[in-house]
Amino acid sequence: MSIFVDKNTRLLVQGITGRDGSFHTMQMVKYGTNVVAGVTPGRGGQKVEGVPVFNSVAEAVKKTDANTSVIFVPAKFAPDAVYEATDAGIKLIVCISEGVPAIEMVRVVEYLKDKHSRLIGPNSPGVVSPEEAKVGILPGHIFKKGNVGVVSRSGTLTYEIVDQITKCGLGQSTCLGIGGDSIIGTKFIDCLELFADDKDTEAVVVVGEIGGRDEQDTAVYVKKNFKKPVFGFIAGKTAPADKRMGHAGAIISGTAGTAAEKIKAFEDCGIKVGETPAEVARLLKEHFG
Amino acid sequence: MKVHEYQAKEIFKKYGILTPKEKMCRTVEEVMAAVKEIGIPCVIKAQVMVGGRGKAGGIKLAKNENEVRQYAESILNMEIKGIPVKKVLVSEAVDIGSEAYLGIIVDRTEKKTVVMACKEGGVEIEEIARQKPEAIYKVYADSLLGLMLHKAREIGLFLYDDPKIAFECASVVSKLYKLFVALDSSLAEINPLVVDRSGRLIALDAKINFDDNGLFRHPEIEAMRDRESEDENELLAKEQDLSYVRLSGNIGCVVNGAGLAMATMDLVKHFGGEPANFLDIGGSSSPEKVMNALKILLKDENVRVIFFNIFGGITRCDDVANGILQAKKTLNIKHPIVARLTGTNEDKAMEILKEAGLIFAKTMDEGAQKSIALLK
Repeated sequence: MSIFVDKNTRLLVQGITGRDGSFHTMQMVKYGTNVVAGVTPGRGGQKVEGVPVFNSVAEAVKKTDANTSVIFVPAKFAPDAVYEATDAGIKLIVCISEGVPAIEMVRVVEYLKDKHSRLIGPNSPGVVSPEEAKVGILPGHIFKKGNVGVVSRSGTLTYEIVDQITKCGLGQSTCLGIGGDSIIGTKFIDCLELFADDKDTEAVVVVGEIGGRDEQDTAVYVKKNFKKPVFGFIAGKTAPADKRMGHAGAIISGTAGTAAEKIKAFEDCGIKVGETPAEVARLLKEHFG
Repeated sequence: MKVHEYQAKEIFKKYGILTPKEKMCRTVEEVMAAVKEIGIPCVIKAQVMVGGRGKAGGIKLAKNENEVRQYAESILNMEIKGIPVKKVLVSEAVDIGSEAYLGIIVDRTEKKTVVMACKEGGVEIEEIARQKPEAIYKVYADSLLGLMLHKAREIGLFLYDDPKIAFECASVVSKLYKLFVALDSSLAEINPLVVDRSGRLIALDAKINFDDNGLFRHPEIEAMRDRESEDENELLAKEQDLSYVRLSGNIGCVVNGAGLAMATMDLVKHFGGEPANFLDIGGSSSPEKVMNALKILLKDENVRVIFFNIFGGITRCDDVANGILQAKKTLNIKHPIVARLTGTNEDKAMEILKEAGLIFAKTMDEGAQKSIALLK
């Protein structure tokens, strides 16, 4: 088992004919993901990497039974791409696009509330369940099938940590980046709820960073409800206040959202925190013996 | 992105929120001319984008012409938290009856826009949130319909007992919400919102921050950017689609991805070094981008060692390697470069760089340690 994506994933790529969309379609197909359709309005009838392209998500779903979508369109079209996938009945939407205004995301999140779609992202690197499916831009070669779940607000930092986990001989059940923006569809706790019921996940790594209070809320949730061991890492200990560190969501506002308060929240709730990415892997190794 | 108080007030005026009679000035002469229109007494306010202006002596009430000149001179020659004051706002002295706080932000936890009000104005809202959070009254806007009128009235009635003022306040709340959404703000704040002796509601101070992700659709806001008050290197980086923040250390970091870039700075510190900067060269990096990144690092005189930490995914290590090689040839780089390049096309990268005189590292730990060792 795994969460979000697996062998039953039938993937549709929104923005498949673009530079990033076509490149990553190739990478996802190569990984073994079942990519069944692509959508670019006006490009219906073409093929990308052997994948048929449609003019609308509704048409693609009707013809191919796609159940998951990954979005590669520019930020200003991303909200509409999410609405279109939702209206066509797609169950899981992974939005890679970076730079969506927060006000738009507030509307997107509200619109999705009474629908049956889950949104991961925006500004997400995607989701991988090793040997089952890769949805997004994460590099496939670093993953190995196993029992560690990884959820992160970052992209390349996730690769770094996953790579260290794999190199110390452990594998992963599912790894995902939930996105570096301030308003995102799926948060740490949503992922932990699913990892809790996943029999292949025996431990979880939560990779947080400065900004907001999701890590603090997650810590409280873990202490109260989560039975499996959780390990943590927080990026941005040296980040100055009131400066956006790349990610839209990575900003210490005044004195709130610092790495120190997040690390303390984790430790107070029994989450073991690695000082460095290498130490996270070491802690896991010790745990699994 | 942040703007000055005087710029935020220009926006307020456009949306019909009452502000004091005032004028932005750059010199003492301009101030002396401005007081002729505005009148004495007046308030002279330093225009810098940091908090605590009042405490630093950057806001003064002048009661006669001598004081106007004296305060204008001292404030225009002042630094507040290291930032030189280049502009002041000359403002009519409002006869204050009461002060309140009004602010709007996007609440990350609730994923909604929230209006916050507090009967105590003029104090930092964060301070109140820490000490007595119950004093802050919150009303959430509907994410699809916006802030309903009755919700705006709810805020007004919370702040003021006099219904006439309460409903006037509701109108201010609605206007503030309207501009917040229309301009992709991340914060819109009136602190304090005052009632003067004749019962008018006036925004005595104004603060608006903008969501950088929304700037692409607001060229008029981008045009308000005060380039003088931003770090030159940070502006240059922004124009080249690089994400850069200057710090005070001496190990220049070049990294792909924001999370890894932060973790790299932290790691340098962890092993006893001091990072010179945050720098994310982004996803699909071309050799040109690497060149541009190095140009920016070289402008920082504190940098003594350059540490590349690249985890290739979409970013190809050979692209980065080619960028380093070109930069070595054209930019006359004397600093030692430590390179940790792993992932996509790392073998090609090593081939390209084998004679470039770099110091290689297999892991980020090793790279950080080698960078620090080079300083000795």
